[in-house]
Amino acid sequence: MEGTVNRRMLTGNKAAAWGARLAGVDYVPAFPITPQTEIVETLAKWFAGGEMTGKFTNMDSEHSMFAAAGAAAATGVRVFTASSSQGILYGMESLYTVTGWRVPFVMVNVSRALATPITLEPDHNDVLALRDAGLVQFHAETCQEVLDLILIGYRVTEDPRVCLPVLVNMDGFYLSFTREPVLLPDENAVREFLPPFKAEQPVFQASTPQARASAIFGGSHYSYFKFQQHLALQKAGDVFKEAAREFADRFGRSYHALEPYRMEDAEYVFVMSNSFATKGKSAVNKLRQKEIKAGLLKLVQVRPFPKKELAKALAGKKRVAVIDQNISLGSGGILFPEIAAALYPVQDRPETLLPVVGGLGGKDILESDFDAIIDRLDKGDATAPLLLYNEHDLAQFRAMQKIAGKTEEVLS
Amino acid sequence: MTDATDKTYRKIKDLPLEEEVAPGSPLCAGCGGLEGLRLAEKVLGHNVVYSNAAGCFTLMSIFPFNPLRGSWLYTTMSAPTATSQGIRDALDIRKNKYGMPESEDLQVMVIAGDGSTYDMGLSPTSAAIHRKLDFIYFCYDNQGYGNTGFQLSASSPYGSHTQTAPPALEHPAGAEQESKDIFEIWKAHNPVYLATVTPREPVDLANKFAKAKTLKGPRLFICLAPCPTGWGFDPSLMHQIAKLAVDTGIFPVREYFEGKVTHTKIPRKRVPVEKYLELQQRFRHLFEPKRQDEIIAHIQQKVDDYWKPYE
Ligand SMILES: Cc1ncc(C[n+]2csc(CCOP(=O)(O)OP(=O)(O)O)c2C)c(N)n1
Ligand code: SF4
Repeated sequence: MEGTVNRRMLTGNKAAAWGARLAGVDYVPAFPITPQTEIVETLAKWFAGGEMTGKFTNMDSEHSMFAAAGAAAATGVRVFTASSSQGILYGMESLYTVTGWRVPFVMVNVSRALATPITLEPDHNDVLALRDAGLVQFHAETCQEVLDLILIGYRVTEDPRVCLPVLVNMDGFYLSFTREPVLLPDENAVREFLPPFKAEQPVFQASTPQARASAIFGGSHYSYFKFQQHLALQKAGDVFKEAAREFADRFGRSYHALEPYRMEDAEYVFVMSNSFATKGKSAVNKLRQKEIKAGLLKLVQVRPFPKKELAKALAGKKRVAVIDQNISLGSGGILFPEIAAALYPVQDRPETLLPVVGGLGGKDILESDFDAIIDRLDKGDATAPLLLYNEHDLAQFRAMQKIAGKTEEVLS
Repeated sequence: MTDATDKTYRKIKDLPLEEEVAPGSPLCAGCGGLEGLRLAEKVLGHNVVYSNAAGCFTLMSIFPFNPLRGSWLYTTMSAPTATSQGIRDALDIRKNKYGMPESEDLQVMVIAGDGSTYDMGLSPTSAAIHRKLDFIYFCYDNQGYGNTGFQLSASSPYGSHTQTAPPALEHPAGAEQESKDIFEIWKAHNPVYLATVTPREPVDLANKFAKAKTLKGPRLFICLAPCPTGWGFDPSLMHQIAKLAVDTGIFPVREYFEGKVTHTKIPRKRVPVEKYLELQQRFRHLFEPKRQDEIIAHIQQKVDDYWKPYE
């Protein structure tokens, strides 16, 4: 069982750093970006002070950083790295490249909306830009989840059936800089759950020369490698189940691809992810006080996309709203069509499946927004996405426009 | 001629007989860069892991074939150096933290073209030299983006034809800017070792790699890579063109070590540059349909200016 447990108040960033430390990470290539920087600063201190051993390398960009992370993993050490927002975009080419190398490591993304306009607060366009890149994705609601999913993440990424990087996502500010009580598991207990890294694939060393990531001519060979990657990523769902079960046995906290909240008798369901799920749960409780049977389904595992679990959880639910904190410009929320596709083959799929886009750039989602969603669900009007932007938001913007000397209407 | 490098090899027959780069890769016949790599690897041996930047040499390793005895990792156009950093760091961690035996260690080495080296890969390489990464950088310099069909790179010389800076009435030179001086840029980073090499000077090349092999830290090579396909000459002329590049003084063969630049091959009586230019299709517009004396003179002047302090 668990051994001694250490309860601390930690920010999401500190919890992430603790995850890497408890995992016995050997190597951290790093590059700063708000709101992630606290993670790598903390790790830098621990490497400097000897609490962590191996190497911390200051890289020159995220493009370089992810390349170094993948290369070190291909050479047989346990790697951790972290980034956010522009860093993800800048490193995108390297991320696609290293997932094709089929190497294990864990990275944290601290979500922050993408420029332009440049801002610091979160939404999920950064992490969902990696939707198709071949990483396993777990999205955390709490600081505890950040830590636990990193530990479980190493079990998933290093499993020979997977050999793909794992990304753990948390929201910038709402989680990265918010202190919450976190149970730090005992190091020895973690070592039993997650033994030191032993690469399952050949690594770069003199006795095992290898060519990796050779060029391919012809779509058929290319397809073979890509389908392999796809199947491995799908397999990661089963591996996560196994690892999470063992984690629950050892540490008493359970993780699943989806987390249902007051779903049993729910007539209205909000599908959400990350830290705003906490706001959603609180809204559910408020609505229940008003005798409205609401529930929430939290997406934890975003890749592989848990289609079957979603279909099962939402079958028979009449009114479902998918709250995307991201926007695919010209289309709407990014996750909505994936959820709709998962529900399509279900006999008793929801009558109304409402796309909602909100929380962009860290904009709060208010209780009144949840009321508005219920309202729309009752009307059964799901033809266009509901954009969460109210009179108050508009008034605030108009005030800014006035300062800027602009008075005519520019937003209809 | 002087030869200031430590002489591990005195004549061509002294070079190791063993081949690390097997014949039969899809690279072009007469590829000067490949010949340079072949000679370098004779000295370095096969305990090498190559990080490759997107370019012609990427095609050396096409699944499931690979002509190298060392290890290979294809990266991206701009991250081969960062990749070498990751591998080097991991090997060091395994040695220091986990007791990996020395015999498992590898020389990490970048293989990149000039497009990657002079342009988008420059910043990561600058950073790696600054971090004193223990690695060898091999730039095969064919003075253009070869793999994509020979477009202008920052290494394309003034007066040369490339697909994206074609000579025209208003732009008679083709490439209108002088190539970037990567030797001086790298030198300003004060690497442990820096040298230019050419496949036409195999003993000089081999001695420089032999010297680099004894050193630790950033060791950087620019290998002139006469490119039949991009430069427009018959593959059989590769060595002649490489020789003329040295004999005209266009390509200075030199090294930078312990704060000093030494020319390891000094052309005492320089051949006029046009002897080098006229053999290559990429300079054809300097001679036909009308001879462009001004441009040829400019190229000659630049070479003369370079060598003046050493005469
Ligand atoms: C980010 C990126 N942009 C563009 C390319 C397309 N590309 C592939 S090889 C190449 C030319 C590389 O030139 P150089 O480094 O000189 O090597 P060479 O092709 O001459 O061997 C280019 C532009 C790429 N692979 N990656
Ligand atoms: S295009 Fe030039 S550099 Fe590229 S392989 Fe052919 S000869 Fe070599």
